[in-house]
Amino acid sequence: MSAVMITRKVRKWEKLPGKNTFCCDGRVMMARQKGVFYLTLFLIIGTCSLFFAFECPYLAVHLSPAIPVFAALLFLFVMAMLLRTSFSDPGVLPRALPEEATFIEMEIEAANGNVPAGQRPPPRIRNVQINNQIVKLKYCYTCKIFRPPRASHCSICDNCVDRFDHHCPWVGNCVGKRNYRYFYLFTLSLSLLTIYIFTFDIVHVVMREYPVSHLCSQKEQTGFTVLEVLVCFFTLWSVVGLTGFHTYLISLNQTTNEDIKGSWSGKNRVQNPYSHKNIIKNCCEVLCGPTYPSVLDRRGLMQDDSLVSATCAAPSSSSSSNATPQTTKTTAPLIPNEHTPDDAKPSIAASAEKSPSPKEELPPALKLPPLASPETDAETSIAKDKTH
Amino acid sequence: MQGLVPTATDGNMATEFHNLQELRHSASLANKVFIQRDYSEGTTCKFQTKFPSELESRIERTLFEDTVKTLNNYYAEAEKIGGQSYLEGCLACATAYLIFLCMETRYEKVLKKIAKYIQEQNEKIYAPRGLLITDPIERGMRVIEISIYEDRGSSGSSSGSSSVSGSTAR
Repeated sequence: MSAVMITRKVRKWEKLPGKNTFCCDGRVMMARQKGVFYLTLFLIIGTCSLFFAFECPYLAVHLSPAIPVFAALLFLFVMAMLLRTSFSDPGVLPRALPEEATFIEMEIEAANGNVPAGQRPPPRIRNVQINNQIVKLKYCYTCKIFRPPRASHCSICDNCVDRFDHHCPWVGNCVGKRNYRYFYLFTLSLSLLTIYIFTFDIVHVVMREYPVSHLCSQKEQTGFTVLEVLVCFFTLWSVVGLTGFHTYLISLNQTTNEDIKGSWSGKNRVQNPYSHKNIIKNCCEVLCGPTYPSVLDRRGLMQDDSLVSATCAAPSSSSSSNATPQTTKTTAPLIPNEHTPDDAKPSIAASAEKSPSPKEELPPALKLPPLASPETDAETSIAKDKTH
Repeated sequence: MQGLVPTATDGNMATEFHNLQELRHSASLANKVFIQRDYSEGTTCKFQTKFPSELESRIERTLFEDTVKTLNNYYAEAEKIGGQSYLEGCLACATAYLIFLCMETRYEKVLKKIAKYIQEQNEKIYAPRGLLITDPIERGMRVIEISIYEDRGSSGSSSGSSSVSGSTAR
């Protein structure tokens, strides 16, 4: 049997499920669609370059050299915040491993009791009490977990994100627990930068029209100024509005997701159990709270047994059963969820209605449920190697 | 024939950890118990101290509760919002968060302490009883996974808490 020897170290980010793209060997994590992010970069860098090239020399000489210096610092801060928001892990929750998924399924079965044939099982909801309010935790069929409070599943990135705010195409990433403060500082500093450039463009135009020195006004230079003013004008309305909106959310300790769904508004609804009822405390918690670590291990090396268990799902030869890891002896085929007919006993991973990515179908002979990640060629070729 | 108890040496942590790895291979995994999060105080990281029934015959309740309570205290320390976290936050913001390239955050420091504590607990208390705690950070801070092992040498003399075939729903 010809074996393909793979000696390349495989890092965990290469096998992560979900629709993220990774760069720099797992250090950078973004969504798949990055087009709008490049547009954001282009607009910011382009406008600032024009400002530094055409306005700043004039203003530095005629007003103060501090103007371009401050603009440069602000620009660098904006870029740092943007890149930090875009490249960091927003707080993705890793999917449940097979044993945990089975354990949860068994708990649900025990909780639901016997469902009469033909009836839909009740929805998978767990009630928890948080600060004396009842909050419902929903079950995520894709990630096979009960979502923690404030977590939500992003359908664009196909991940559950903790304290999910929204998916922002402008930064090319989800905004969640870990990068919300960077996102907020980005919008805030971008508002300041836009206002700053807008103001000094106007000052520049006014000074050119009514020159106070003997320098003749150079009309052709104001062409770029007009362009910058236009960009800044349209940016102002959106970015300043967004900053104001998020300031409001922070003061109430709410997320965009909760605000849109109206989770805490309305008379009969639960009041927000996470708010400290104090604007300062809420702001401090969101902006000056601890920096949460990433629970998604991207740069760790794939262990041999997890590689092997991933390859067990390969629908190739039956000899792959030799590679059954000893630790997962007790894993059972996943118990059917409410969307599979009662009489069917699937040993395949039932593809939930939400998961758009195609899942591998196991032949009934294989006992182990596959991990959530779709197979890649690297794994199947490693499977050939492991059959010894 | 290998016993469940790894040879207790006064050697370094690496040797003892290696023994724990051997425990994994010499004994066979019987079951796994997952300690869930306790959300009664909000989204701060806290685990339930309820004693699972599968561990009743394996470990004393007080030992288990002590472990979970200590872990909860560690996490509370990491997530505490107070003077030090404000200072760290403001300083980091002033440097556009570049300071985190060279400095470790408080949370990361506490996570290291937690990892050390879990390893120590595994060696001293859990491995001798055929149990193994997995650091919650490896499970997305969702659960504390406790693996229950059966010694291969003593097959058949199980303490009754093993369920080899996972397809039997309880």
